[in-house]
Amino acid sequence: MSTPMVGWKDLPMAAVPFLSAREYPTGEWAVFQPKIDESKCVKCGLCWMYCPDSVYRWDGEGVPVPDLDHCKGCGICATECPTKAIEMVRI
Amino acid sequence: MVVQKLVSQTMMALNGDEAVAWAVKQSNVDVVAAYPITPQTIIVERISEFVHNGEVDMEFIRVESEHSALSASWGAALAGARAFTATAANGLALMWEILYITASTRTPVVMAVVNRALSAPINIHNDHSDSMGARDSGWIQIYSEDAQEAYDNTIMAFRIAEEAMLPVMVTLDGFTISHTLQNVSVLPDEVVSNFVGIRKIPRIKLPHIYGEKEIPLMLNPKYPISFGPLDLFDYYFEHKVQQNEAMKASIPIIEKVHREFAEISGRSYEPVHMIPYKTEDADVVLLGLSSTMSVVRKVVDELRSEGKKVGAIRLRVFRPFPADMIRKELSKISTVGILDRSLSFGAEGGPVFMEVRSALYSSSSKPTVYDYVYGLGGRDLPPKLIKKAFNELLEAREEPEKPVIKYLGVRE
Repeated sequence: MSTPMVGWKDLPMAAVPFLSAREYPTGEWAVFQPKIDESKCVKCGLCWMYCPDSVYRWDGEGVPVPDLDHCKGCGICATECPTKAIEMVRI
Repeated sequence: MVVQKLVSQTMMALNGDEAVAWAVKQSNVDVVAAYPITPQTIIVERISEFVHNGEVDMEFIRVESEHSALSASWGAALAGARAFTATAANGLALMWEILYITASTRTPVVMAVVNRALSAPINIHNDHSDSMGARDSGWIQIYSEDAQEAYDNTIMAFRIAEEAMLPVMVTLDGFTISHTLQNVSVLPDEVVSNFVGIRKIPRIKLPHIYGEKEIPLMLNPKYPISFGPLDLFDYYFEHKVQQNEAMKASIPIIEKVHREFAEISGRSYEPVHMIPYKTEDADVVLLGLSSTMSVVRKVVDELRSEGKKVGAIRLRVFRPFPADMIRKELSKISTVGILDRSLSFGAEGGPVFMEVRSALYSSSSKPTVYDYVYGLGGRDLPPKLIKKAFNELLEAREEPEKPVIKYLGVRE
């Protein structure tokens, strides 16, 4: 973490996050990551809907784009994709 | 004591559980989530009657377990509601993980714990093993002596919890208080309502997320925050130290709320954390919690009439532990007996004993401390056994003896 560490006196109380969740790269431990074949994607949004970590964002063309900093590589999107457009690849 | 704001009160015949239910009814509580368990059931029965008769504007959530009861109360409190729940024994044990979560997220939930023995074997009667087990979870613990005090403590608990930003456990002895009818002075609804007020939400700064703007510390769609997320070796330690400091900081808050309550009700529990009885010139003292201490005071009076200099101290607030006050009060006494209504298996005595003795270790005059474990599973403690303990202490004063842990009322 690049932010300087603060002591208990300066920490916000009540165990609320000190940083935004976006600043914690929780995808670091992933072994597999999704790779999307745009030619097969029908933009149905099931990957976006099923992702437990809200990893998917939409690009301008309507094709979902995974945020790999927060993807844990569970593969639910690949299983749910009706056109098999998502492949889980080892990183 | 200041009495100019004293209001006229109604005398009602209530048992301890009903007294708590009345306090909840009058305290502008928004949400009650509870699961019935003996001897607490009457509390939630009465509250559900109040709700369903339309006597009070409150959301009553019927859940499927105590784990859910506290989870729902916690969630409601995070959303800004004033929340209450009640439990006993195994129910409290089932709430365990949420006890810690409620305290670490600084959520001011108030819970009545009607003290009951923990299984196995199953026993529905009173001892303190349930709330003593929860002593390290970060909840403020106030022990009531009778139904009147259970009523008063519950009202004060809402103020204490919200000012200290910590959950409060108000305990009352199962059956001895919870099911025994007593005369209880009940304050008028609007007086209690004004005393507790409407719950105020504190504001905090989260500079990395919301900049310099202060945001309300609650679940709020306008300023979303999550409570209790991952916090590993980077910040967990700091959060726990913060919580411990909050516990220490609650000591003057508890005193202040008691003083203000005494002004309207005329009932003063000075000096709040522990109440000494005839200790000024006492040779030996028995220190304990809850309803037992009213019998102990009777025995003190009897022994005083026989010329024996004995005294009693009732500990009201066990968490935060008033170590300084204990040290000050006991430093002039040579022999102290502790009444422990629970065991810490394999330890050097019961929980109250261990804390009192460790508080006394830093005092210059170290009194000899004996532990009397009594009343497990509702076993009676008749005055003759208390007399026996006092007489033993008086003898031990002349000639200290071992062992330090004794049982009162157990068959050999």
